Formats: sequence, C-alpha cells, structure tokens
Amino acid sequence: MIEVDAVIIGGGIVGASAALFLSKAGRRVALLERDFCGSHSSGVNYGGVRRQGRPLSQLPLSQQAHEIWAQLPQLLGIDGEYQRSGHLKLARSFNDLRALQDYAANSQGFGLDLQILDRDELRACFPWIGDVAVGASFCPDDGHANPRLVSPAFAQTARRHGAQIHEQCAVTEVDHDGQHFHVSTQTGLKLRAPWLLNCAGAWAGSLAAQFGEAVPMHAGHPAMLVTEPLPLVMNASTGVEGGGIYARQVTRGNCVLGGGQGFALDDVRARPGQNAVLEILRQAVELYPFLEGAQAIRTWSGTEGYLPDRQPVIGHSGTQPGLLHGFGFAGAGFQIGPAVGQALTEIICSGAPKTSLDAFSITRFHSISVA
Amino acid sequence: MWALGMNSVIVVGAGPAGIRAAQTLVANGVRPILLDEAARGGGQIYRRQPANFKRSAVKLYGFEARKASAIHQTLDELREQLDYRPETLVWNAQDGALDTLHDNRATRLPFSRVIVATGATDRILPVPGWTLPGVYSLGAAQIALKFQGCAIGERVVFAGSGPLLYLVAYQYAKAGAKVVAVLDSSPFRAQARALPGLLSQPATLAKGIYYRSWLTAHGIPVHQGASLIQVNGEQRVQSLNWRNTKGSQQIDCDAVAFAHGLRSETQLADLLGCEFAWNPLNRAWLPQRDSAGRSSVAEVYLAGDGAGIMGADAAEMAGERAALALLEDIGYLIPTERPAALEQSLKRIGTFRKGLEQAFAFPEDWAANTPDDLIVCRCEEVLAGDIRQVVREGHWEINRVKAHCRVGMGRCQGRMCGAAAAEIIACESQRSVSDIGRLRAQSPIKPLPFGLEVEP
Repeated sequence: MIEVDAVIIGGGIVGASAALFLSKAGRRVALLERDFCGSHSSGVNYGGVRRQGRPLSQLPLSQQAHEIWAQLPQLLGIDGEYQRSGHLKLARSFNDLRALQDYAANSQGFGLDLQILDRDELRACFPWIGDVAVGASFCPDDGHANPRLVSPAFAQTARRHGAQIHEQCAVTEVDHDGQHFHVSTQTGLKLRAPWLLNCAGAWAGSLAAQFGEAVPMHAGHPAMLVTEPLPLVMNASTGVEGGGIYARQVTRGNCVLGGGQGFALDDVRARPGQNAVLEILRQAVELYPFLEGAQAIRTWSGTEGYLPDRQPVIGHSGTQPGLLHGFGFAGAGFQIGPAVGQALTEIICSGAPKTSLDAFSITRFHSISVA
Repeated sequence: MWALGMNSVIVVGAGPAGIRAAQTLVANGVRPILLDEAARGGGQIYRRQPANFKRSAVKLYGFEARKASAIHQTLDELREQLDYRPETLVWNAQDGALDTLHDNRATRLPFSRVIVATGATDRILPVPGWTLPGVYSLGAAQIALKFQGCAIGERVVFAGSGPLLYLVAYQYAKAGAKVVAVLDSSPFRAQARALPGLLSQPATLAKGIYYRSWLTAHGIPVHQGASLIQVNGEQRVQSLNWRNTKGSQQIDCDAVAFAHGLRSETQLADLLGCEFAWNPLNRAWLPQRDSAGRSSVAEVYLAGDGAGIMGADAAEMAGERAALALLEDIGYLIPTERPAALEQSLKRIGTFRKGLEQAFAFPEDWAANTPDDLIVCRCEEVLAGDIRQVVREGHWEINRVKAHCRVGMGRCQGRMCGAAAAEIIACESQRSVSDIGRLRAQSPIKPLPFGLEVEP
C-alpha cells in the first residue's frame, strides 16, 4: 500500500505540473500514467504557447501560466525550444478583422498588449504572409515551444522533486471510504490518499461519471503536419480568425502546421485524415506563399477532450470531497496547463486557488443529462 | 466491409511480386489497377534502364536476364488489360481507399481488395564517414549501374553482408569498374555452418559461389569476418579502415557501397491496419501473413519482400499466390494444385533464407562498437550519443526515444536509420531489439508537396 497526500491520474502537462508543484510544496505525490508521460495531447499538440484568442474567462489563469513559462529553464532545466516569437492572428475578411479589434478591446487589462495591424502594416512587418490576409492582431509575447520535450520534462522534474511517477500503469479501480481514495492499478499497485486529481485528458470522463458527475465530453483529433527544414522565414506563430490553419517555424527550419480534424484509430490512437492533410497543404500556400513546393514529411494527430462550451473543467468535484478535476482543454491546454497544475496545488496546500476557477466548475454540467 | 464490385482491385508495386499478381488477376478476368512509383516496371531488382538506353538484358541482369526479361515482357503484354499507373506514389491509406500522388495531383482510389507488394530497401548500419559523398548503399550502387549505366566511383570497395554484396561487386567488376576489395562482415565459419540450409536451393547457391570465385579468380581481394570501421575523406571518400581478427587496415578508394541485407518497406501495410509481429529471421517487425499472403485485414494481401525478405524468385511466386487467394476470396474458382505447388516452393525458399541469414549473420556487436559521435539519423543529424543519452534518461520505447531526440523523424521517416536506431536503443537499455516497440508508420509514406492539385 502506497500512502501519499495526492494521487494524480494522468501524466499530461496538467497532471505532471500538479505533481511538480505539489512535490515542491513538500506533498507526497503519486502520478499514474497509462502510457508514457506527455505521450498524448500534451506531447503531440501543435506547440502554441498562446494567450491571444482565449475566452476572456481563461485569461487570468493563462496570464499566470505566462509567468510560469517565463521561468521554464529554471523550473525544468531545459528551454523546451520555447520562444516568445509573438503570435499573429490573421483576418481573411474585414468582418474577421473587426472581430479581432473587438477582442483586442475586450481583453484590455489582461496584459496581452495586442496590436491591430492593417493590410499595409501586416505586409511591412510580416512580408511572408499571403495576400488573402487583410489584417491581423499581434500579441508580441505569445510564442511556441516543443511539446514533445516540455510535457515529459514536467514529469521528469516532478520525479526529481520526489514525486512517484508510474508509467504504463493504468488505473483499474478507484474507491472512496469516506476519508481516503483507494486506487488500484493494472500493475498491482495499491494507493491511498485524501486527494485525487483527475487529469486524465480525453479519458477523464469515466472517472467523473463514477463519482456521479458525468460530463458531455467528446474526443477530437487535431490534424498536424511538419515540413522538412526550410530557410527561416516565419518570425511569429500564426493562426486564423474564425478557425482554419495555424503554423509556426522552429529554429531548425521545419514548419509545423495544423488544422482540421483527423480520426480515431481506437480509444487511444488517432491519425490525421487525408482530407485534413490535403486541406492544410492547400490553405497553407494561400496564407504562406513561400511554402509552395516545400514538402510535408510527416503528419500526426492526438486525442483531445472537448466539452460543448469548449471550456475546461477545473477545480473541485461537485459530488466527492477530495476529488479535483483538470481536463477538457479543447485543444488549448498546453499553454495554460502549468497554471492549472499550480491552481490545483493551491487548492490542496492553501484551501483555495489564487485565481478564481468558478467559470470552469464541473457543476455547470450537473443539470445536463448525459446520454 | 466495402461493397464488392464497385471498387477496384489494386496492386501496389510493379516488381516481380506485383507483376505476377497482376498477371494472375488478369488471367482470371479481373482488371486491376497497378500502381508503381517507378517510371518503368520491374521493381528494384529488375529495374529497367531509361527507354533510350540500349544495353542488352544479359549485360544488365547477368544470370537473371531471362527472368528479368520475362517480368518486363509480362508487364508489357498486360498493358491493355490493366490500369497501369507508373510514377504514382501511394502516400496514405484510409477508409478503404489509397491516397496517391501523380504529377503533382492527389487522387483517392477506393479499393475492394489490395495486394501490397512494396518491396525492400537496404538495411544500413552506419559507420563514421558514411555521410561523405561517394558512400552508397549496395542497392543504390546497383541501381546506378543498371539504370543509368554509371559506376559510383573508379576504385570501389563493397562492404557489409548479404547476397547483394557479392552480386554487386561482380556486376561492377564485369562492367569494368575497379573493385578494390570486398569486405564481408560475416565470418567464414558462419557460412560453412549455413551450408545445409543453402543446399535447398542449389542453383542459387551455385550462383553465389560463382560470383565469389569469379572475384577471387580476377584478383579481387575478398575478406571475410571483415568489418568496415570508418570511411575517410575531406570532400569525398578517399580511403576506409576495416578490421578483422588479425588487426586493422586502411584501403585507398574513391567510393564505398555497403549494407547488411535488406529491410521490408512496411509502412503501407501499417497504414492499412495490418497486424505486425516480430520476425527474428528478418530481425524486424513484419506484417503478419498466412502462407497464401492474406494479412490480418480481410481486404489486404501481402506479397514479396515488402512482407519479409525472400528474394525475387519467391516474390514472383508469392505475388501469384496472393492473387489466387484474393480471387478465391471473392468467389472465383481457382485451380486446386497451383496454390499448393506455389506454397511448397515458397517453403523451400524459406529454408534457403534461413541458411542465408546464418551465412550472412547480423553483426550483433555493431551497436556496442558504435562511437557516440556517429551520425545515425542523417535527416535530423542525430548522433548515436544523443540516442544513448535519451535512453539513459529512462526511455526505451522507440517512439518515445524518437520524440525526445528526433531519430527517425525526418525526411526518410526512419527507413534509413530505423534499424540502426533500434539496435542502439536495445543495446543501451539492455533489452532485446524485439522488446523496444516498433516505429509507427505515419503518412505521408514519402514527402508530399505543398501546392499539389486535389482531384475532386
């Protein structure tokens, strides 16, 4: 029997950062990961480290995450290829540009420092953007990082701070005896803890349901691809207002692009659909003409949890004291993940998070019957 | 799963396996689509020269001239009876369709059944200096000669192991190139031990012996138990170092061709959902197939070296056998004796294959002797030491190691470096190479250009 203060289910960036902050605060932690830490959404996402474009309700937490990202090398011992390249959200119509202007006005005071660029300013600052863009909103301190390196590093660092990290260790049973959670794993571990953190990403719904608070979550599979290394051209990460494709270039020269949805191979694995791949290749040359003739060498996808309002569930269970949730990030959990781990840590260590999590309470789904 | 009759039967690959499969389908009244990456059919082994080259078949293919010509002739005669699409890349498979690229145009081809005959490439175990201009794989050296009629250098050393080693050295010498030496990494005693298995195909064995004797008779040094240590040069190959039990030596040369046998091209079978199993003989994960060539997926058949290295003769038989299985599965009456006869012959070749693997034993000590500063993955410039470092950090599953150090993540998608990376990971993590997982295939199987046209 392993006695700890908190059992964390899920070794993505949320669970692993919770493990890191809890162990740094002196709490005994065991993290259980069915596969490998950071091998799903947290490790295979696009790598955007972006506040711009998030719902206003997420901005305080996202800003808190922004400060954690600034300390990444000190925190993890690697830079994770994190760079504050700036994030450019492109408008393909004047309606879209107006939407960007509205967002810039509404998000004032959250520290994003958004700059609206008209067509000429956009051409002057970012000459590699195609003519289909009529303007953009620029967030100078947003950027991108390598999720393959960053997310597993949170788990590695947590381990160095004393957290038990159990990989390839699927949870088979969870019970609560009135005081403690009892967790059993496929590998035969038995754990006991007063706190249980449900950070199981796209697979978090079943644990919530077991405690009587099912959520209408579905899995999504963002399609992504990467080019061979190209001359350095893109000096900002980009997205498009109203959806579409997103793209960034890493220091090695490879351009990473995403957009559209792939499909599930099974409960755990996904692939980008050929439609999505062809659509990225088509749209990319309009938005980034320099990519004409370049070659995509690899595509991939992952499995992400989406709730109907595209907002995550973060904070206390509404039915089971001691149970905390942190899941359902709708493809936008990478940047905000470390702040979620920190907020869950604050609940355990100080009784309440510094930043209100009310907007993300699971109780918003309690009245909804889940089919 | 997919309604029959509406969609086509597709054969992927126009080598010996694919052409015999297509021929068998046509003979029974099925008109397949035959997809091939090359401009002219024949596969790698019977690769045809450009149309305006006029060398004779005997000159190009030696002992295999008759077989090569027969394969080419078969394809030429079938042209009107099948939908042959050369210069067509299959880059993905999904939902009962293949995604192809031809002339910068992407097309979806739904299939009712597909025969995968994707062939093989060289298995490369890199040595320091292998990225110098002038270093080729054995297969590439052979293609340069067969296809373009040129040699990779004027003073060439052939190294590694496998039947191709002696064949290509012989072909180069015959063509007038100066073959400086042949360095066979497998020791003579392994080849003596392998003799019983090799005797199951006396004609093939005799050819192998002939090539070697010919080389010796023409004064070309053939060293056994000789490992290539490193290739030296500034701008290109100038010399190399090799070693055997007697010590190490340096040879001057301007080109090197090397490989340790072949590896199957399995990505398409992977994307089609075929189950894989570890195959100790091939030292690789292979899509599973029954003796007729049926994969674990009902609509997918496997033939030729793409599903395990058996050589060209076996590929012809396996192509025919898989096509017969396909025909039977869709309700055609097939001759009862033919399948059994083919399977019997394939089994004999299988015994021979076991002998070959003994004769050209895999150099199990390669990973342990590889220096940290060796570039294993040249697309992503990953060193052996980078891979070992990730393993020391606690990773051992090959896809995880790839995620951490990029090995196998580049343009070749691990086709060139995957086998070598697996050996290093296994050695460093003290696991067996079968126990570190399998590199997952991801589309596109080969690079896909931005700005391609999409067939509506």
